[in-house]
Amino acid sequence: MTKILIIAEHLNGKLNSSTARCVTCAREIKPDAIDVLVLSDAPDAVAAEAAKINGVSKVLTVTNAANSHALAAVYAPQIAAVARNGYTHVLAPSTTFGKDVAPCVAALLGVAQVSDIMKASDAHTFQRPIYAGNAIVTVQAPADQVLVGTVRTASYPAAGNGTNAAPIEVTNVGVELPTHTRFVELAQAKSDRPDLQSARRVVSGGRGVGSKENFAIIFQLADKLGAAVGASRAAVDAGYVPSDLQVGQTGKIIAPELYMAIGISGAIQHLTGIKDAGTIVAINKDGEAPIFEIADIGLVGDLFKLIPELEQAL
Amino acid sequence: MKILVGYKRVVDFNVRIQVKPDGSGVVTDGVKLSANPFDDIALEEALRLREKGITTEVVVATIGPADCQAHLRNGLAMGANRAIHVVTSDAIQPLTAARTLLKLIEKEQPQIVILGKQAIDDDCNQTGQMLAALWNRPQATFASRVEVTGNAARVTREVDAGLETIEVDLPAVITTDLRLNEPRFIKLPDIMKAKSKPLETIEFASLGIASGDHLKATSYAPPPKRSRGVMVKDAAELVAALKTKGLL
Ligand SMILES: Cc1cc2nc3c(=O)[nH]c(=O)nc-3n(C[C@H](O)[C@H](O)[C@H](O)COP(=O)(O)OP(=O)(O)OC[C@H]3O[C@@H](n4cnc5c(N)ncnc54)[C@H](O)[C@@H]3O)c2cc1C
Ligand SMILES: Nc1ncnc2c1ncn2[C@@H]1O[C@H](COP(=O)(O)O)[C@@H](O)[C@H]1O
Repeated sequence: MTKILIIAEHLNGKLNSSTARCVTCAREIKPDAIDVLVLSDAPDAVAAEAAKINGVSKVLTVTNAANSHALAAVYAPQIAAVARNGYTHVLAPSTTFGKDVAPCVAALLGVAQVSDIMKASDAHTFQRPIYAGNAIVTVQAPADQVLVGTVRTASYPAAGNGTNAAPIEVTNVGVELPTHTRFVELAQAKSDRPDLQSARRVVSGGRGVGSKENFAIIFQLADKLGAAVGASRAAVDAGYVPSDLQVGQTGKIIAPELYMAIGISGAIQHLTGIKDAGTIVAINKDGEAPIFEIADIGLVGDLFKLIPELEQAL
Repeated sequence: MKILVGYKRVVDFNVRIQVKPDGSGVVTDGVKLSANPFDDIALEEALRLREKGITTEVVVATIGPADCQAHLRNGLAMGANRAIHVVTSDAIQPLTAARTLLKLIEKEQPQIVILGKQAIDDDCNQTGQMLAALWNRPQATFASRVEVTGNAARVTREVDAGLETIEVDLPAVITTDLRLNEPRFIKLPDIMKAKSKPLETIEFASLGIASGDHLKATSYAPPPKRSRGVMVKDAAELVAALKTKGLL
């Protein structure tokens, strides 16, 4: 029996689309069951969303005031306890949420973790990127151990929903939870723009944009295209935009239909974040910039001249 | 107070790694090796906490082959007080690294353990979290700001939704993100001084650790290649090309 447990990612009562991407990865393994675990202080709305995802067999909820924020030290023992009820796999998205908690679960279970699964050849054979995506390694995990893995969300489309109505079950986990870790606050930039990780279009700016003020030109173009905004590390380091906009090896790994890299040179650490994009457009004044080696459409020139022209032409 | 820093040696971030033609691994012979960039940030943060008087001793630790000594001397030259070298010729996986670091914690009793959020060779992003779970102590991963007051640390974390701040009781594990600080450069006199700083070697086998290297790498392949597309000459042509692809 292959039974997969997926850890739901959610914030402010909403399920993150990374969870439905994990379901697609889980389906690739062809298991007997795919259950979703929702840890929360008030899990009902999130559980109802998860129950609709096609392929989900059952949704388990654990209600506890201590689960009001996703603290890894608090979540991990509960996940490990549920996993011990006959699950063969525990999957979480390879987002900051999943990266934080999944290794704790693996350690508590005494097993290795497969990070950033991009393909499952069978229930215990996976492909994952290493060296900033410059090599793909195939790893084999022991079949007699629980497999803990994080799913590279850019590699899997979100499973559809609507036709499914999985049962929702309340679970109790009798584990002691630590109090040594306390949530203080989450500073979230308010934005009406599409979410960077799930947007169909993304416009990113790099160091070439030059300043925080100049970045308005990127935001404007993004709004015209209904796109999310991203950035290179250099742009984030220089303070042009907040860190949650960083795309790349150590930022977000994304797969939009259209990615526009503006004033970005194309360092490998950046490119690893956009390898799965449908079409990559590069605008750069340096015709030799490495970004042009992988761009589907390239345009050489000064972004401050080209972007207004582009907006005109749209 | 003492701080333990994980200090791994990896292929330098500037090296463009190549997969061996037979798919048995990646070419690492003769390539430049450096400290994992996140571990340099970890060490820098520890040194700053010492400069603020919060800690008195910074210990760097690496688990790696015999020729890692020069790498540890770099950490000493940067400013660490002592180094510990756990010697093993095998490339170990995160669970084994975490179990090994736990042994060092038992021996050294640090109040803070700082690791990188990920090693840029395996890109696992696991060791710090595994260590915290095994140690049964708090973790503050992906840190971009650390403030230590008394018996607790307030850590700001770079998360997908923005910046999260948590408070953790000490001892605790912290893992670093890129913007926590900018590591200092090593000065020549410090390289000389580092030569006489204590460097302890421990045979991995002597620690009696159950191996957590459960994953077997069966083959390596280069990533699917994206090739160079078309160049357009102006904004109008770009719009036309996007329309042809059905993207507008
Ligand atoms: C461990 C590690 C992790 C990293 N992780 C990431 C990551 O996750 N994401 C990431 O992006 N980087 C990451 N980096 C950094 C990466 O190596 C590069 O330094 C970074 O991507 C460069 O950003 P950039 O392209 O904006 O800047 P630059 O390389 O400085 O390029 C700026 C570009 O703008 C162009 N330009 C300048 N002015 C104009 C103009 N007026 N019009 C048009 N073009 C113009 C220039 O020709 C140039 O090509 C990481 C590095 C390390 C060591
Ligand atoms: N062999 C090792 N020696 C020293 N530190 C290590 C070792 N392996 C992992 N670490 C630490 O754990 C962090 C995360 O590594 P990883 O989980 O492999 O991505 C690194 O940045 C180091 O701080």
